[in-house]
Amino acid sequence: MYVYDEFDRTFLEERVAEFRDQVARRLSGELNEEEFKPLRLMNGVYLQLHAYMLRVCIPYGTLSSQQLRALGAVARKYDRGYGHFTTRQNIQFNWIKLNELPDAMADLAKVGIHGLQTSGNCIRNTTTDPWAGAAADEVEDPRLYAEVIRQWSTLHPEFTYLPRKFKIAITAARHDRAAIRVHDIGLRLHQRDGETGFEVMVGGGLGRSPFIGKTIKDFLPKEHLLSYLEAVLRTYNLGGRRDNIYKARIKIQVHEMGAEAFAAKVEAEWAEIRDGALKLDDAALDAIRDRFLVPDLDALEDQPAELARALATDAAFARWHSNSVAPHKAKGHAIVTLSLKPVGAPPGDATADQMDAIADLADQYAYGEIRVAHEQNLTFPYVRQKDLPALWAKLQAIGVATPNVGLLTDIIACPGLDYCSLANARSIPIAQKLTERFADEARIADIGRLHVNISGCINACGHHHVGHIGILGVEKKDEEFFQITLGGKGNSKARIGELIGPAVAESEIVDVVERLVDTYLNLRTSPAETFVAAVERLGIEPFKERAYAPR
Amino acid sequence: MTSPLQRKLKISGPTVVTANRLADGVSVWLTAAGSWSETISDAAVGTTGDEVLRLLDIAHADENTAVGAYPAPATLAADGTPQPANLRERIRVAGPTISLPGAA
Repeated sequence: MYVYDEFDRTFLEERVAEFRDQVARRLSGELNEEEFKPLRLMNGVYLQLHAYMLRVCIPYGTLSSQQLRALGAVARKYDRGYGHFTTRQNIQFNWIKLNELPDAMADLAKVGIHGLQTSGNCIRNTTTDPWAGAAADEVEDPRLYAEVIRQWSTLHPEFTYLPRKFKIAITAARHDRAAIRVHDIGLRLHQRDGETGFEVMVGGGLGRSPFIGKTIKDFLPKEHLLSYLEAVLRTYNLGGRRDNIYKARIKIQVHEMGAEAFAAKVEAEWAEIRDGALKLDDAALDAIRDRFLVPDLDALEDQPAELARALATDAAFARWHSNSVAPHKAKGHAIVTLSLKPVGAPPGDATADQMDAIADLADQYAYGEIRVAHEQNLTFPYVRQKDLPALWAKLQAIGVATPNVGLLTDIIACPGLDYCSLANARSIPIAQKLTERFADEARIADIGRLHVNISGCINACGHHHVGHIGILGVEKKDEEFFQITLGGKGNSKARIGELIGPAVAESEIVDVVERLVDTYLNLRTSPAETFVAAVERLGIEPFKERAYAPR
Repeated sequence: MTSPLQRKLKISGPTVVTANRLADGVSVWLTAAGSWSETISDAAVGTTGDEVLRLLDIAHADENTAVGAYPAPATLAADGTPQPANLRERIRVAGPTISLPGAA
């Protein structure tokens, strides 16, 4: 956990007071809607189909138990008793009244959280690996650099009115769990000759024009992180398209210029500033590192007797363990994913009661820390292996232990037309029907790793382009239809999925997905060949043929 | 020749004017009396471009009560009251089509 200092605390309090004044002036009519809208957006407040929506930033997806309880309290006091975790490690509340928003924000500010950088054409909340600091395969904890970027980017005067929004993601692990290649800037922390630095990718993104980011620097020494980011942002800010909202993201600029030409411009800018005030020295990094509370993990051994006994005697526990528990870098510990994808429920939603219970369990079993994953699940990054059986029983009791992590029913979905004013079609009911069709835990375990992503419109908040099966809702003559893509991936080998054919009606989509899955089961070389590997080997034709066969 | 200042609005059938209430974002519909109702059946119905433009003028002049006013297609029930004519508007009238988390 990073602990805000007095500067940050004061800043948040002042920001809440400022927003309270803005809301009062809007409600009195002193500010008109045109004047107020950009102000509310700067605080994460949208106006959706039915109500105001508050998007709250969870910096690099890290929450303390105290912060999670505060989110639960906001859900209970100001909303309808639940929140929705998003694909950018944030949480959204769907029903808050305008005049209560300042109070909700004040409650959140007391525990150091806010809605800044969750909306508008600024540098958004930097996202990272939910297993940061715990993963066995990471170079070092990437959250240090995410916090460095937060401090640099928050209210950056030069980058408050960018051509469009700007998203940065960092990973420090061999396995990319932050989807860095589909961000405006993706940073991969790695080592070369004993030195730590970043591979820098630019121009990734989804939406109506999906692109995979291109590497413009193989190795950027870490002390130059901010000066190089500043050079990239300046190049974008000056050259990005402001004439056309659909062409305003950096991905279009990089695509139109070419990555090499873009990189050359960045290098020229960087040459001017690289050794200036933004150069990071060890003292600056240490000062930030010192404000991270890292739990003092107990000295333990792997595979304690309590765990071995439960694995040997309880098949349901063993299934959950093999699905939702990952190796930890510290002996005797484990990383636990809490599935927010129970059968029949909206993906990524948690009730206030669940948030409270999860916070209590984090205190009891996980050193008081919770992470939010871009897959819309939660993670306990530090759990003693000997506690896993007891923890599992309690997670089951609150409905967050469905053993479907990374499997077909671990569906990523945007809120869709049930909530969103931009959507063309509903996402959540499709996810619900799919989880009901594939409710059998043994069946989805046999199908194996399969990411289904659903977006209710071309803005792609459900990241359908990088789903192994991607589903995009479209509207035709007031009917919901769904386009299907296959073979997308958001990891280190990121790839945009391929459209298999015409959109299918809402009444057909679950059957079509089932036929795609059955095709895979028939054609896979062995259970070791995953769905997406089979699509890569076979191409989309055999899937397309059978998906539409009964029509 | 049409003046560039002359406003045109293509209307293909019964149309209501709807917005979100400033205070809480709730969907509201403009009534014939120029007030806002939470019930679409209270809405004033325009059937020509000029009629709907007049309703929009009333709505836009009241942006301190309801924001983002726009024309929405409607169908008319047997008694002449307007109903939402597409899925988006049906969801705005009836709320999400799913059970909300935590609801019994």
